Amino acid sequence: MSQYYLIQDQKRCIGCLSCEVHCKSNKGLPLGPRLGQIIRVGPKMVADLPKQAFVFMPCFHCEEPWCVAVCPTGAMHKRPQDGIVFVEPSLCVGCKACISACPWGAPQWNPETGKTVKCDYCMDRVDQGLEPACVSKCVTHCLSFGKADKPELTRRERFAKAAALEVENL
Amino acid sequence: MAKEIYSLCFMCTVRCPIRVEVENDEVTWIEGNPHVPGIEGALCAKGSAGLALLNDTERPQHPMIRTGPRGAGQWRRASWEEALDYVADKLKSVIQEHGPQSFVFGERTNLNTHISKTFMKALGSPNHFTHDALCKGSVNTAFRSLTGYSDAEVGIDYANTRHIIMYGRNIFESLEIKAINNLLDAMDKGAKLTYIDPRVTVTASKAQRYWQIRPGTDLALNYALIHTILKEKLYDKEYVNCWVEGLAELQAFVEPYTPAWAETETGIPASEIKALAREAAAVKPAVVFHYGYRGSLHVNEIYLRRSLVILNALMGSIEAKGGLFFKKGPKAVGLGDVGKYTDQEFPKIDFPRFDGSGREAFPITDSSHGNAQMLAQAILNQDPYPIRAALFNRFEPLQSIADSGQVRRALHKLDLIVDIDVNYSEIAWYADVILSESIYLERSDSLMVVSGLKPQLFMRRQAVPPRYDTKPGWWIIKELGRRLGVGQYLPFETIEDIWNLQLKDLGVTIQDFYGKGFVALSDKPILWNRENGLKFKTGSGKIELVSPLLEKAGFPSFPRYEPVPAPPEGHFRLSVGRCAVHTHVSTQNNLYLNELVPENELWIHPQAAERQGIKDGDPVEITSPVGTSKIRAKVTDFIHPEMVFMLHGFGKTVPAQSRCYLKGASDALLQENLSDKVGGSPAYDETLVQVKPLK
Repeated sequence: MSQYYLIQDQKRCIGCLSCEVHCKSNKGLPLGPRLGQIIRVGPKMVADLPKQAFVFMPCFHCEEPWCVAVCPTGAMHKRPQDGIVFVEPSLCVGCKACISACPWGAPQWNPETGKTVKCDYCMDRVDQGLEPACVSKCVTHCLSFGKADKPELTRRERFAKAAALEVENL
Repeated sequence: MAKEIYSLCFMCTVRCPIRVEVENDEVTWIEGNPHVPGIEGALCAKGSAGLALLNDTERPQHPMIRTGPRGAGQWRRASWEEALDYVADKLKSVIQEHGPQSFVFGERTNLNTHISKTFMKALGSPNHFTHDALCKGSVNTAFRSLTGYSDAEVGIDYANTRHIIMYGRNIFESLEIKAINNLLDAMDKGAKLTYIDPRVTVTASKAQRYWQIRPGTDLALNYALIHTILKEKLYDKEYVNCWVEGLAELQAFVEPYTPAWAETETGIPASEIKALAREAAAVKPAVVFHYGYRGSLHVNEIYLRRSLVILNALMGSIEAKGGLFFKKGPKAVGLGDVGKYTDQEFPKIDFPRFDGSGREAFPITDSSHGNAQMLAQAILNQDPYPIRAALFNRFEPLQSIADSGQVRRALHKLDLIVDIDVNYSEIAWYADVILSESIYLERSDSLMVVSGLKPQLFMRRQAVPPRYDTKPGWWIIKELGRRLGVGQYLPFETIEDIWNLQLKDLGVTIQDFYGKGFVALSDKPILWNRENGLKFKTGSGKIELVSPLLEKAGFPSFPRYEPVPAPPEGHFRLSVGRCAVHTHVSTQNNLYLNELVPENELWIHPQAAERQGIKDGDPVEITSPVGTSKIRAKVTDFIHPEMVFMLHGFGKTVPAQSRCYLKGASDALLQENLSDKVGGSPAYDETLVQVKPLK
């Protein structure tokens, strides 16, 4: 796995799809590829309330990425220093092996260049100490990005607060 | 060399503060202004898609003069000199022959509206009108009838609310970033969200209580809530004794409207109605009965909006932490007012408005906005006088006014149609002249005053030179004014001249904006003293439940509830709304936004669909008394069986917008042009439609 995590706080996500456009406009992508995509699940009735989830699917930057293993030219590779999996366009021949191999559907086809394009956590931004575009501009700040060895506390804190509130209201 | 510019977005009317990075005159990055609390970098899909708009070739790139029949798409390129001379000459002859009142100017309220209004006043025409009434005329009048303030002077303290009740206010899809974050933070701290809507929206799926109310019966629910609150004495007694007049009359009026009665009408169990009244009262005054964003659904719209304001008044939540507040402007912190060109003396105008605002048709509506829905009737009936020329800017008569077929027939009668636009909108394509406007990233505009708990000023500042041969709207109006002999009323050459006029009494300079894009005029929230300091602008200085404004005009304060009959077999109430990635009628052709939501669908309940022989995804024909359209069906349990729903703003007919051309259905083509004559909004949801599979 890469050293980083990109976590989505489902409770705060409103499925506004801004993350998708932040990504596409930052990368200047044409119609077609969606490097990170929100998949809507639901709505369905849960305990008399309509519930739906919006699941954000960027690349997971796997420890042993199948897309890298199948790439015949070495275009798809993993950055040694931090594990970000990315495609080097000058080496990509557009064979789509990575697209077939990835169990998560992360690599995307760019019809303008005839090559693969995929989420690279906006590594140019990461290298400048910034966050990926989707995270930086998320409408509700429901996406967070960080080093995996620094734990993300939002959800534990929320649970603890809710529990405390219940105690208060007893 | 990279530089950063602080500015204001304009992909929608919310105008969020943004920070723009520019390199070699190219925009490389747009984000929400990181210095603004509640924004902190956040930007919506539309905001990021501003880049696609900037670089889009499918927008007007230079002034254009029509060469073929109207709407045929035959144009020739014109220089600014030629186009402006052409428009001015035509306007001169119209004004000479038919008087200045025969010229109307419609726009969506924007930062330069004081300049547009100045232009029309200087010409002697009373007929500047805005989009406002189409959205919320009745909300405006409802607030004025109770408090003396319009809805535009009221805000909601989302951050501190403990329970917010929303009636179709789909806040998580019809976005205001700051409000959303404040609300989500409040919900994180335990605030409750109740959502009432015949359709399940994203907001419904975030609520702790959701009621699928029978369409059109919200007023019955509110009368039962008021009944319960008064009967069980759940209201804020201190506040009501101090600030509310007419409680006895209200109590007598709601006596028959019991929760059991409302259950039959709304489909919501009486026990739950009572539970909501009690729960809301338990956290008063930090409770909000949301009065709505758009309020233009039914012919009695003002009474629903009044009932919502009344519920807040009973909760004591008007001018309360966690409730509603009156917006405080520069004057509240001891400064002068913001300068406007409309502050000048103008020649007296002897003509009434064309749209009946302030006269018999709409005696108490807000004449500073007018009633745009009357445009077609006024032209076709030459009532109260002939209208011969129209100028539009960011206003889409062919998709915003109900019965757009009639609007098109009316516009055809005009001698001149001019559109100042950033898009090939329906009205641009039907115009005689398109004056190509620079988009918000390519221009500076008048400063924005954000009145609120803490008054602030914001600046839209040009980030890059125009991509094409386009100009800012304020420059176009000034150049037209100069050609029409009223240039002395528009005494500015540059945006700095405008800013300096606005700032002259504020002790703030233009440079003060450059660092962060805004100037805060107060660091503490300003709330008036609830014991003795509330300043209602009514005759009594209190909230007037029995409204002299209404009664003097011959309208009742509390009309008897008229039951809403179920639509006849095979008919459905047509309702419309928004999604998070499109702005009204203006973004459907944007490369990135079109990709996400390329067309609208018709939501229909499975039982209704089965009876009509419609399956999910089927193309269907939808017919109303005024129009017919084609659309794809979305069969879903999550809509009330009496209603069908579609997103607003699709069904466009301009080939130059290739991505959205003929995609989905146009709601305006199907809606009947009915109005709430008391409040001033159109009644878009009164139209009944039939739906059948497309053969």
